Amino acid sequence: MSREFQWIGKPVLRIDGVAKVTGAAMYTDDMRLPGMLVGKILRSPHPHARIRRIDTSRAEALAGVKAVVTGQDAPVRYGILAVAEDEYPLAVDKVRFVGDEVAAVAALDEATAVRALSLIEVDYEVLPAIFDPHEALIRDDVKIHEETRKANIERKVSLSFGDVEAGFSAADHVREDTFFKAAATHAPIEPHSALAQYQDGKFTLWSSTQVPHLLHRTLAKVLQMPAEQIRVIKPFLGGGFGGKGEALPLEFAACLLARKAGRPVKITHTRAEVFLTHRGRHPMHMKLKTGVKKDGSITALQFESLLDGGAYGSYGVVTLYYSGQLLTGPYVIPAFRFDGARVYTNKPPCGAQRGHGGVQPRYAFEVHLDRIATDLGIDPLAMRLKNAVEPNTRTVNELRITSCGFKECLERSSRAVSWTERRGKLPRGRGIGIAGGFYISGAGVAIYFNPMAHSSVRIEADRSGRVTVFCGASDIGQGSDTMLALVAAETIGIPPESVRVVSADTDTTPVDLGSYSSRVTFMAGNACHAAAKEVRNRVLSAVAEALDVPVDRLEICDRVVGVPDNERKSFTFAEAVALAESRGGPVCGSGGYTPPNLVGSYKGGGVGPSPAYSFGAYAAEVEVDEETGSVKVLRLAAAHDLGRALNPPAAEGQVEGATVNGLGETLLENHAFLDTGQHASPSLLEYKVPTALDVPEIEAILVESIDPEGPYGAKECGEGSLHPSIPAIVNAVYDAVGVWIHELPITPEAVLKALRKKEKP
Amino acid sequence: MKVIRFTLNGDPAELGVRSDETLVQILRERLGLTGTKQGCDLGDCGSCTVLLDGEPVLSCLILAADVEGHTVVTIEGLADGDELHPVQRAFHEEGAVQCGFCTPGMVLATTALLDANPNPTETEIRQALSGNLCRCTGYTKIVRAVKRAAEASRIGTRGCES
Repeated sequence: MSREFQWIGKPVLRIDGVAKVTGAAMYTDDMRLPGMLVGKILRSPHPHARIRRIDTSRAEALAGVKAVVTGQDAPVRYGILAVAEDEYPLAVDKVRFVGDEVAAVAALDEATAVRALSLIEVDYEVLPAIFDPHEALIRDDVKIHEETRKANIERKVSLSFGDVEAGFSAADHVREDTFFKAAATHAPIEPHSALAQYQDGKFTLWSSTQVPHLLHRTLAKVLQMPAEQIRVIKPFLGGGFGGKGEALPLEFAACLLARKAGRPVKITHTRAEVFLTHRGRHPMHMKLKTGVKKDGSITALQFESLLDGGAYGSYGVVTLYYSGQLLTGPYVIPAFRFDGARVYTNKPPCGAQRGHGGVQPRYAFEVHLDRIATDLGIDPLAMRLKNAVEPNTRTVNELRITSCGFKECLERSSRAVSWTERRGKLPRGRGIGIAGGFYISGAGVAIYFNPMAHSSVRIEADRSGRVTVFCGASDIGQGSDTMLALVAAETIGIPPESVRVVSADTDTTPVDLGSYSSRVTFMAGNACHAAAKEVRNRVLSAVAEALDVPVDRLEICDRVVGVPDNERKSFTFAEAVALAESRGGPVCGSGGYTPPNLVGSYKGGGVGPSPAYSFGAYAAEVEVDEETGSVKVLRLAAAHDLGRALNPPAAEGQVEGATVNGLGETLLENHAFLDTGQHASPSLLEYKVPTALDVPEIEAILVESIDPEGPYGAKECGEGSLHPSIPAIVNAVYDAVGVWIHELPITPEAVLKALRKKEKP
Repeated sequence: MKVIRFTLNGDPAELGVRSDETLVQILRERLGLTGTKQGCDLGDCGSCTVLLDGEPVLSCLILAADVEGHTVVTIEGLADGDELHPVQRAFHEEGAVQCGFCTPGMVLATTALLDANPNPTETEIRQALSGNLCRCTGYTKIVRAVKRAAEASRIGTRGCES
């Protein structure tokens, strides 16, 4: 890229910012249609039970009730992963957690709908339930899903790379540790909402979904309708973090009710239902064994994970693979063995949550690494620099590393907290810690097998000079619409504010797989770049012909197309588009992005490869009160290598938000259940997400390694930026008071317990 | 059913409300003011914050019947036509908006803070917003936006005086 960018790298205002600050932005629950009914879902009160009979007659007879549906209305199994289609829209034969969806009603108003739910009679045969994943591993007498071959194991995985035994033999020091990270949940501030309309044999579903295309496909399957008769639209969406990343029962229920009632139906979750729907962070039990040389270089790593999956598959098989696959960086691991299992338990299903799959193992490994460094008497920063991966290398499990700014991340975050001068030297109760991480810029393999582009963009320029980008990408608040406008604007040469974005509507926008796996900037950005180039070329060749000058003498700047510094040889952008349109029809461009084939040469080698990886290193400073056990995070310097910051404030916002999500998971959040299977904290009062008072100002440090394949060099920014946050805080707690925390969250009780244990001889 | 009269975004409003209806319900469902968001309906998240006689309140915890004779300002009542309120502009320009769902409540809580305390410290800002949850931003840019709005208001006030 020889020329200076016009807009990239400079602050660009969100194209939807004004709508959001004025309250004009319409989210799904803000929508109303004539004749719209209110839908409500009946949920299981039992963690595990067989459904003998459901009698809906009394509910149907209630005045104001317009439709009641049960599992029998759509007994079609589905799942976000083809290898784990183990769900029904509404329970057909069994319920598997307290909150499992059993039936749904549509009524004139909410009170009537709630009343109708209480009139549905369900005859349950209560079954023994399993809540502990270790029990789920071995108990054959209780089967949560009949299909599991052994006990309640959904999937086991064993992978081995390099000579692990030789690695351990060559080590001067071998250390083993176990860790546990509790479940966390997304807790987006917008509860899920779905509004379905069935008209002239066609469905329209407005939904708070991160994945309009995948939802569209699943609806076609479950509703047994051709996809062409279903339209999915994602209105403004109030935060997802993975929790809106797959088709959910409320979406099916709204459609089934709308078809049955012949009227539009809206279902919006209560806050408690948001917690029960979950699909969040898996509780993970982890065991690590690492061999190192005296100088700190790693010789081998062995990792075991046990994932408590909850009642259904969701994204869990991918989570399981990621838990091991993403441990082979950002440090050179010459030999690696990974054994993992995901089991079913009678709790809400776990799935994908920001930083998916890598968050728990990253916490465990980074703390384990600090313990090894401490064993060897090596500075934790030096330990990381010693083992840091370099650009243009392959990991032991064949992940292709291209751009990599990991060392710069380590240097800049450590410098921000004056690491060398302060680590190990602060007064007792104060400490600093550091940790690294890396993450995919989109999964290299599509969620369902197909040979098509992972993201497609169509751009139209009209004779008014307006440019419109059409893309299926789902802006869930991260700002992907603004990213598309920016990439189109920069590529064509017009200001971002003159670009309109139409996104996430399956009737009008080409397919993008959705907002998950931190893929949108990389993939939709590349597709947008290709489409915009086509538009630019159309306009330039028309102008070149009209002015009789070579295309390469022309430029587009300030909405003027022409020969620089020659007013007579120029057109306004609108005139230039009209010219192009008169010479070859509508001025359109289209582009798609398909990642290169990077699949590993082994079974399971499809999970982990990505066209690019982000890197990060964060430094935390904490204060630990030894009287109360409370931990306060005073500083978080978050250096994240995102390739290139297309729009720096937007990128900082991603890093700041993810870092605070990590802080919450470290100190506050525990998605826990009572012994009877009930959710222990189904409200935002009891489930503690960080408030403005719980967090310091986050110092986002954007490291630019300029990725060779990313759009203008950009790669992911929104998910990997969660990873180092957690272990940096845990390692800082050690520096402050000398205790290692092997279970998260770090409650004051846990700190006090660890301190007391340490005092004993 | 009771007929209530109150001032809503500067205009007189009159409607019949049930005794169990909350303020957020009548704003969103009866009056079409969907800028007020509903994140929990339990008073935990702050996204339904509106101004009642200038004070920030959680409209999911206020009975509609109780606003009789009072003044309510929602996010729709803040901008002056196309001219954003300084707090709205600061949130937009500082990049303090991501998904936007907490934004109306944050903006109104900030407006109330700056009306009462035009020069808040960072701690005062964080305290004033601690009842408004945001899951996207990590609060860094929100706090900066509040400072920016405070600065802008101070400049505005000085401008009036001179």
